[in-house]
Parts: sequence; structure tokens; C-alpha cells
Amino acid sequence: MSLLEVKDLKVRVEEREILHGLSLTVNPGQVHAIMGPNGSGKSTLSHVIAGKPGYEVTGGEILFRGEDLLEMSPDQRAAKGVFLAFQYPVEIPGVTTMNFLRTALNAQRRARGESEFLVPDFLKKVRNVAASLNIPMDMLKRGVNVGFSGGEKKRNEILQMALFEPAVCILDEMDSGLDIDALRIAADGVNALRSPDRAMVVITHYQRLLNYIVPDVVHVMSKGRVVKSGGKELALELEASGYAQFEDAA
Amino acid sequence: MNVALVKNETGSALSDSFAIARDRLPGTGKVVGAREAAFAAYAQAGLPHRRIEDWKYTDLRALMREVLPLAPAPGTAELTRAATAAKLHAIEGVRRLVLVDGVFAPKLSELGGLEKGLVIRTLRETLEAGDAALQAQLLAPDNSNPMVALNSAMMTDGVVIEIADGVVLTQPLQIVHIASGNVPAAMFTRSLLRLGKDAGATLVESYVAADGAKTYQVHDSLIVSIGNNSRLDHVRLNEDSRDASNISSAVVSLGAHAHFNTFGMMSGAGVSRYQATIAFAGEGSKVETNGVNLLNGKQHADTTLFMDHAVPNGASREIFRAVVDDRAHSVFQGRIIVRPHAQKTDAKMMTRALLLSDEAEADNKPELEIFADDVTCGHGATTGALDESLLFYLRARGLSEKEAQALLIQAFVGEAIESIVNDGLRELAIAAAERWLEARG
Ligand SMILES: Nc1ncnc2c1ncn2[C@@H]1O[C@H](COP(=O)(O)OP(=O)(O)OP(=O)(O)O)[C@@H](O)[C@H]1O
Ligand SMILES: [Mg+2]
Repeated sequence: MSLLEVKDLKVRVEEREILHGLSLTVNPGQVHAIMGPNGSGKSTLSHVIAGKPGYEVTGGEILFRGEDLLEMSPDQRAAKGVFLAFQYPVEIPGVTTMNFLRTALNAQRRARGESEFLVPDFLKKVRNVAASLNIPMDMLKRGVNVGFSGGEKKRNEILQMALFEPAVCILDEMDSGLDIDALRIAADGVNALRSPDRAMVVITHYQRLLNYIVPDVVHVMSKGRVVKSGGKELALELEASGYAQFEDAA
Repeated sequence: MNVALVKNETGSALSDSFAIARDRLPGTGKVVGAREAAFAAYAQAGLPHRRIEDWKYTDLRALMREVLPLAPAPGTAELTRAATAAKLHAIEGVRRLVLVDGVFAPKLSELGGLEKGLVIRTLRETLEAGDAALQAQLLAPDNSNPMVALNSAMMTDGVVIEIADGVVLTQPLQIVHIASGNVPAAMFTRSLLRLGKDAGATLVESYVAADGAKTYQVHDSLIVSIGNNSRLDHVRLNEDSRDASNISSAVVSLGAHAHFNTFGMMSGAGVSRYQATIAFAGEGSKVETNGVNLLNGKQHADTTLFMDHAVPNGASREIFRAVVDDRAHSVFQGRIIVRPHAQKTDAKMMTRALLLSDEAEADNKPELEIFADDVTCGHGATTGALDESLLFYLRARGLSEKEAQALLIQAFVGEAIESIVNDGLRELAIAAAERWLEARG
């Protein structure tokens, strides 16, 4: 069974249709890349998969392991293993990152009927993951993303992904704002999570990221649809010729 | 007492109960005269209602309807129930002074091993045989505010604390008000804290109820004087039962170069009003007040502060936060007066309200009266819902709607709780906030 199946999805925001019948099938173990011009609907797709309010699904469906994802609350989706690394992670003053991570991890575990992590076990887990991503523990004592640099925010997203071990990871422009070294570290973090039963959907504007995280499938999105899909060489093609050739197809 | 002044039924029922209670009210001579004058003033005004500007958001005639009769003095059963209830606000390393149904309970209190320079008496003792200066301070509040007048008329007991010059207490003092709530009744208490010069203390006021307490009313007042170069940290936590009303007044005066840091949190009581007057009597003093209302159901909580800058070089900071759910109603009235001589006053006031439901209400009335020209004064207010984008981020990470709200509310309230210096007291405040959040489900 495919892990994530988006079928003919139509989505409106404030009376305007943004996605006009988008389909995407992601199987376990795969890495998919989605590329496409600004405003083509990539973030919209990721938000609808995560369950963000404010979007009206007017057609189609999204299945996660065959289950209707659109019927689930955002937290149910997270507990089932859907994870979105946000393009713009928000700042939450007054909630320390540590407290947030533990509350979130334990909420997910509770929802799955698993036992909660005790503080020492949790700390050990966070320490290991943070070290692998070059994130100093001091940063985690601060409010969630408060005063974090753009790159630090993105690394915090990858940290969460590593901690929660989701089944489907959607990474919305994880490369934006990362310097070259940080990009490699983050990509290594993502690659370390690649596994036969996990899938990744990597949204990016730059072929460079795909040198680090090598995709199995590349999709081109334009004006709310997938207009072309292919192998990793499609990304190189795009880098060379741009999106103009797809504008008409859309 | 002039019964003819009593105009309405509620008033006459009360005047009967005043007459009946008289034997139980401590004090002779001057005290009796003061009580009668206070009662006459109250009887003439009756319960404040919305046509009185100061009470326009808190119409006690509608909300409280009547003043209940004086609670009977607690017996063994009441004290036993109270001892259990006290545990909710028990903190290690704190000297506990307990009032049960408005009467000082020595057996539940810790009076042993008083630090040098610390004297603790009951209000009853002080009114019956205390020195003239203490009595004068206790009888000082005038009768212009009807609820203060009522309290002056009926005050039954309380705690009178004196801290000598140069004494810095390391152990916080805690006045715990416990309602055993066996019968619907009212308690009338007044406490006093006199902090000498170059001194320091921490005072906690807790309001709790025994399990299954019936409707009750707390009518309390606190009189505080802070000497030159002294610091008082004050924490007030209300977890009264939802069937209770709590009408409390505080009158605080600061000498020169004094510091008053006060934190108050209302998460209990169905109807409450906390009215505090803070007066700068000496130059170079500083006041920080942090208030929090955590309200749901049909709770109504009013905090009315009057900051009186009467002398130059005073600084005051008021930050008030309200979290209002369901059909609850939060009121904040903040009046700042800067008198003509009070140059270089720095007074700021900020209110922030979080409304968690469409029917929740938060009223905010700032009033700045500035008669000096060289001052820094300001106020600001925000009202809104919890930030949707933050809620979604948390939910996308697995928190349920209630859990996500709880985390953001904790953060909002936490900023205020941070102002409590003492670790144990801060934890107590956090625990009280958590109890409120847990009760939301
Ligand atoms: N809340 C909203 N209200 C109105 N229009 C919206 C809203 N959210 C998205 N849109 C519109 O939907 C379209 C798709 O936006 P989306 O953010 O999904 O694009 P994107 O492909 O992620 O772009 P980028 O590459 O710049 O991140 C844009 O035209 C955008 O303006
Ligand atoms: Mg985007």
C-alpha cells in the first residue's frame, strides 16, 4: 500500500482555488522532490496534508496508509506519523523548546497508546539528536524558535523530525536560509532518517539540495497542478531551462 | 446604630445580622463607635451597583444580591475540614497563619519560634487590648467605599503583623483564609502588616475552601505600611470555591526608597473584586504589580487598582493579564494619579486579555490623572484570541487543541508568575494555574 496518496485534490483559500486537481503517490522508502515557481501551491499542499485550518478542500482526497487523512485533526495526523517541516516556523515565546519537545513527543506517544518518555530518557534522546545536528543544548532552553536565526529555525525543524520519527516527512524549503555547512548537516540528518518504511517529500527551489538528498522522483508543480514527473535528472533539466516550458502545460 | 437609614430589605436583614453579631465583634469604646459609623455608611449606600461609576462593570446587587449573615465560629469539625483544605496551599519553609471561617485558628497556625523583631497578634486581641497606634492604623480606612465600610463594621478577626526596623525575614508569612462552608455565611477579616525601616518580608495570602463548601462570602481587607528602604514581596492566590464571592480591599503605603512587588492571581470564586490603593508617601519608591485572572464558566473577577503618586521620583509598573473562557467576565480598572508635586514620576500600566470563547468578556478601564508636568506615564491594552498560527504549529506536532491552548496559556501567565521571587511561592502559583487548566479538561 502506498504511504501517502493525494488524489485529484482541489483546494480553495478565501474563495480562490489554489490547487486544481493535484495527484501524488508516495510509497514507503521513497524520496519525492517537488519543485515549482513561487505561488504554484507547494506550501498550500503541505499545509493541507498537515491539516492547517483555513483551507477548503472542494474535491479529491488524501489517504495515509489507506486512511482518510482529511477526516483527522492535525494532532491525530502527527500521531499517525505525518510530519511537516515548515517553510516559516513560528516563534513561541514563553514555551521553552525542551518543554515543547517533550510535551509534543509524549502527546504523540499517548495518542498511539505508547508509554510516555520519562525525563532522563527523553533528555538522552534529545542530546543525541541535537549533537548529530550540531545544535547546542543551550538553544533548546530558549523559547521555541525565539531569537533563532533563520538557519537555526530550520535545524530545529529537522531536530523535531528526528525526534518524532514520523512515517512521512514533508520538508518545505528546508534549504532556504541555511549556509552551505548547515545545509550539509541538515541533509545528513534527513538522510539518516531515510528508511525502507519512511518516505520524504522535499519541496525546494534549488537543485543543489537534491545533490545531498537524492530523490527517487521529481515533480514539477505549476499553477496548482503537477505538470511533470520524472527521475532526479528532471531537477537538472529545470535548473538549466527554468519553468517557462511548463507554464503553458499548466 | 440608626436603623432608619436602612432602606431596602437586604439592608435591614443585614442590620439585624449586624445587631446579632455585635456580641461577637471585638473591641470597645472607639472601636465600637467606628464600627457603628462604618455600618451606617454602608447601610446608606447598600451594595454597590452599576450606576456607581467605580462599580459599573461589577454590579454587586446583581452578582451577590445580599450580604450573608456572619459565619458561626468554627468548631472541631470545621477545623478538621479546614486542616485538610489547607494542604492545597501548604508550602515548605513558610510560616502559616490560618483563618477558618473568618476566625484565627491557632492550632492550624505556626506561632512558635518567631524571629527576633517579628510580632504576630490576632485582630481580635489588637482591637480589644492593642496599642492605640495599631488600632488607629486598623481603623484608618474611611467609609467612602461601601465594601470597605462594611468590612470596617463587621471585621471579626485577622492577623496583625509587626516587623521591626532592620529585620529582614527570610521565611515568608502566609495568611490562609479557609472557608469550611458548612452553612451559607459570610466572613469578615482584616489583617495588617507593618514593615519597619530597612526591613524586608514576603507575605502570601491564600484563599481556599474545604471540600464541598456551600455558598460563602469572603469580605477581607489588608492594611500595609512599608517603611523607608524596605521591601515587601506580596503574593495573593485565590482558589475560592465557585459558589463563593470574595470582596477584598488592600491599602498599601510606601515610605521613601521602598519597594513593593505584588503578584495576584484569581482562578477561584464565582464573583470577586480586589480593590487596592497603593500610595507613595516617600520619594524614590518602586511598585511592581502583576495581576492574572484565569476565568471560565460564569466567573466574574474585577481588579481595581489605584496608584497614588503623591511624591516625586516614584516608579510604578502594572501588568495585568486575563485569560477568559466560556461566559466569564474579567474586569480591570487601573487608575493612576500623579499629584502636582510628584515630578519625575514614572508610571506605566499594561493590560493583556486572551479571550478563549466568543462569549467571554474582558473590560479594561485605564484612568490617568496627571497633574505634574515632568513625568513619564503610559498605558496600553491588547485583547485577542490565542494566535492561530501558534496553535496550529503545536497541533501539527501532536498536541490536542486543549493541550496546545494550555501550553500557550501557561506561557502567557508564566511571564507574570516569573515576577515572584520566592521559588516555593512561584511553584505554588504555577500549580494553581495548572489546576485551573486541568479543570478546563
Ligand atoms: N491565506 C491565503 N489567502 C489568500 N491567498 C493565499 C493564501 N495562502 C496562499 N495563497 C495563495 O495561494 C498561492 C499558492 O501559495 P503557496 O504558498 O502554496 O505557494 P508556494 O508554491 O509555496 O510558493 P513559494 O515557492 O513562494 O513558497 C499563492 O498565489 C498565494 O498567494
Ligand atoms: Mg512555499
